[in-house]
Amino acid sequence: MTTEIRAPVLAPLAKPGKPIRSELFVSRTRTAMLFLLPMIIVLLVVAGWPLYRTIYFSFTNASLSNLGAAQFVGFKNYLGWVTLKSGKTFYSGVLADPAWWNAVWNTLRFAVISVSLETVFGMIVALVLNAEFQGRGIVRAAILIPWAIPTIVSAKMWSWMLNDQFGIINDLFLRLHLIDHKIAWTASADTAMTAVLVVDIWKTTPFMALLILAGLQMIPKDIYEATRIDGVGPIKTFFRVTLPLVRPALMVAVIFRLLDAMRIFDLIYVLTPNSAQTKTMSVIARENLIDFDKFAYGSAQSTLLFVLIAIMTIAYIWLGRVNLDGGDR
Amino acid sequence: MAELQLKDIHKSFGLVEVIKGVSLEVQSGEFMVFVGPSGCGKSTLLRLIAGLEDITSGTLEFDGEVVNSLSPSRRGIAMVFQSYALYPHMTVYDNMAFGMQLAGGGKEQIKRRVEQAAELLQITPYLDRLPKQLSGGQRQRVAIGRAIVRDPKVFLFDEPLSNLDAALRVATRLEIAKLHHSMNNVTMIYVTHDQVEAMTLADRICVLRDGIVEQVGTPLELYERPQSLFVAGFIGSPKMNFLNGQFAEAYKASTIGIRSEHIEIKDKGGLWSGPVVHAEMLGSDSYIYVDVGSAEPMIVRQNGTTSKQLGDVLSLAPIPNAVHRFDAQGKPLLH
Amino acid sequence: MLWAYTKKTAFYLLVLAIIFQAVFPFYYAILTSFKSGTSLFEVNYWPTMISWDNYVSVFRSGSFPQNLLNSIVVATLTVALSLLFAVTAAYALSRVRFRGRSLMLLTILSVSMFPQIAVLAGLFEVIRAFGLFNTIWGLIFSYTIFTLPFTVWVLTTFMRDLPIEIEEAAIVDGAKPWTIITRVFMPLMWPALVTTGLLAFIAAWNEFLFALTFTSSNSTRTVPVAIALLSGASQFEIPWGTIMAASVIVTVPLVALVLIFQRKIISGLTAGGVKG
Repeated sequence: MTTEIRAPVLAPLAKPGKPIRSELFVSRTRTAMLFLLPMIIVLLVVAGWPLYRTIYFSFTNASLSNLGAAQFVGFKNYLGWVTLKSGKTFYSGVLADPAWWNAVWNTLRFAVISVSLETVFGMIVALVLNAEFQGRGIVRAAILIPWAIPTIVSAKMWSWMLNDQFGIINDLFLRLHLIDHKIAWTASADTAMTAVLVVDIWKTTPFMALLILAGLQMIPKDIYEATRIDGVGPIKTFFRVTLPLVRPALMVAVIFRLLDAMRIFDLIYVLTPNSAQTKTMSVIARENLIDFDKFAYGSAQSTLLFVLIAIMTIAYIWLGRVNLDGGDR
Repeated sequence: MAELQLKDIHKSFGLVEVIKGVSLEVQSGEFMVFVGPSGCGKSTLLRLIAGLEDITSGTLEFDGEVVNSLSPSRRGIAMVFQSYALYPHMTVYDNMAFGMQLAGGGKEQIKRRVEQAAELLQITPYLDRLPKQLSGGQRQRVAIGRAIVRDPKVFLFDEPLSNLDAALRVATRLEIAKLHHSMNNVTMIYVTHDQVEAMTLADRICVLRDGIVEQVGTPLELYERPQSLFVAGFIGSPKMNFLNGQFAEAYKASTIGIRSEHIEIKDKGGLWSGPVVHAEMLGSDSYIYVDVGSAEPMIVRQNGTTSKQLGDVLSLAPIPNAVHRFDAQGKPLLH
Repeated sequence: MLWAYTKKTAFYLLVLAIIFQAVFPFYYAILTSFKSGTSLFEVNYWPTMISWDNYVSVFRSGSFPQNLLNSIVVATLTVALSLLFAVTAAYALSRVRFRGRSLMLLTILSVSMFPQIAVLAGLFEVIRAFGLFNTIWGLIFSYTIFTLPFTVWVLTTFMRDLPIEIEEAAIVDGAKPWTIITRVFMPLMWPALVTTGLLAFIAAWNEFLFALTFTSSNSTRTVPVAIALLSGASQFEIPWGTIMAASVIVTVPLVALVLIFQRKIISGLTAGGVKG
């Protein structure tokens, strides 16, 4: 047997320059498309089309009782103006509506405060769960409870606890001399937002804690042993070692929560209904859509919220990609 | 069994070309080993033959029939994976029977084939067990059994011994060799990075580097007549000693190579000399590292235990006609 | 020595605080649900009585049992449908290379970011057009907007982690994709399916906005809406006892499920969040 010397053999190809595709890959790709079809159709019908319709409605004068007769009105729902003969201009539309901007402000305020506090508390709980001690399982089980309780139920439970007449919170605070008279937590303008924040933070901190915990557990234990040998104190270890290493998981958790918080509806609707201090964009949009039958107006508000969230999402992805390309490597 | 023809095979993943024009003939019934360093493309080539990857250009023929477009199950191949790839939730019997069940074989026929294969590999007592209840070596035999049941024209092995410990590796190597004989010499293609496995199992070896074929030949041919510096250095353990500069000029070559087993220790008057810098004693052989003034110490093999000590100055000479001469491009210079 | 002792005590105090704040509201709700009559209007920190009156009135309130049934049916069917579509889609997205795959994954993820209100108007029209208004099918249909992307995303992550060599062995054995999914992957993935199903079930169970908007009569409502709308005999009387009882009825099975499947749920949540 002689050694084979490599000589380029002109191989017969199916078409000049085109490789012969294996039936395996052709059939697999075809099957993949088939498998994806149901999901795509469902998502188009349930999400794609309705989204388009909402945006469409926002440019019309549609009303609940007669959706079909909607006529195009341009940007009037968003911003319109009328100049009177006296020279005075009246603005109308969502963008000129103080109630809308109040809702935007409420939503932003709520989102920022709740996510910040949830992150801090979530971090604390995650650090506790990451430590090894007796009864760790009980803590983990316990914190799942606020998460497991349906939002409406938590709203009712806390409503009851925060009840001005018979609520346990008022009773407790009075006894501890923290307050001197019973406060209507959910009804009073000063405290409504605080009440909402308390319940939301109570309910969502477990989720943050679990996500952060997953990030913490990916940090190899020997790094901590190295810091111990180096004599680095716990606080410094946290800020210089733990925090930077858990940052990716933290960022993912924060952005998820932030986008969630911007969309909030359930809690506000049930805990502090009709409170101008807590009306968020979702709440006010639905109010206009369904309760006031200002369907097109509400659609415009819904669209604006969608655009805001879309911008935030794209900004996050873009920033994240920029970091990945330019930063660490 | 089948004869394989690879004609100018190219494979690219996106913009990266991994197989850069491989042409090869595998004879019917031979045990062909693909060997080479990490990243040389040997596993990719095997997967191209199996049909698990698309061939970018070139043709692959089994017994003269172009099989580029056929899916793996229609090529008449069977594959033994590095990590065995047994179905964890199925018993050994079901693992081996799966392929035939899908093809619609009769229950009786399947039973016969599975039991035959199990008998051949001595895994009959394990037929009802799950893979996790078996040891690594047993799982490997089940993987081979699954391949046998397919009654393939070509057997493909993808580094099957890498996950076994050293002792088991030697034993299983022997079993694979016996298997080849007992299966009427079915064509087998075997991929490994271990040149010892290649040398001991192969009828012919194909040395690959960077997506091209460096040399194809019998183990002995590769050992005695390497066609490149790379093959000379790759085959043979320990690695061939290479000398440049004035050492090579003495032989009118750019580089010369001499295997450690082809060097004699003379009392005096040898071609090279220097002090012993390191000695390895393995009981059956000894390897003495001598600093003769070249870039790296020269390794000399001795039978049994050696009496040479660190610092002893030795005089070395090659046995006649054992020096390999290479030009500046790494190609062999003929005598 | 004293410092170490103090640290430990502080730590355990923190642990106790965490457990306490997590559990107390639920405990208090249970406490309240067992009170009846005027004792409801006293504040007690410890149980004073066990009365089943509230629970009885919940079930007598007419539609609550029906609401419970509705919730169960809606959540179960939503999950079943979503899992069915998601398993096949996840296979295509995780195991088959095709152009535009990452774009599709990104699109699916972004659908789960949609504010529900943004599709409310459009969905309202679609549901009315299909004649699904005020039916549980309308709910099942609309719930897929958040259960489907979630299940696809999590199942894709799980399937991606299955060893490729097992699939290749199946391909060599001649298995087609459907066979690979049903006979090779599903048996290995059923823990993931349970987890995903559970998380999707909880999300569907919890849902409020669509249930509130797309149903108009008590007999089709689901539990969250029913509880939100629970009202008393007169306009000024809020039946706290009944509300608490209803809350407990709805929550106890959920909490039990979550506690039993703790580990799976936690791994499912983090798979979706961290790995993705």
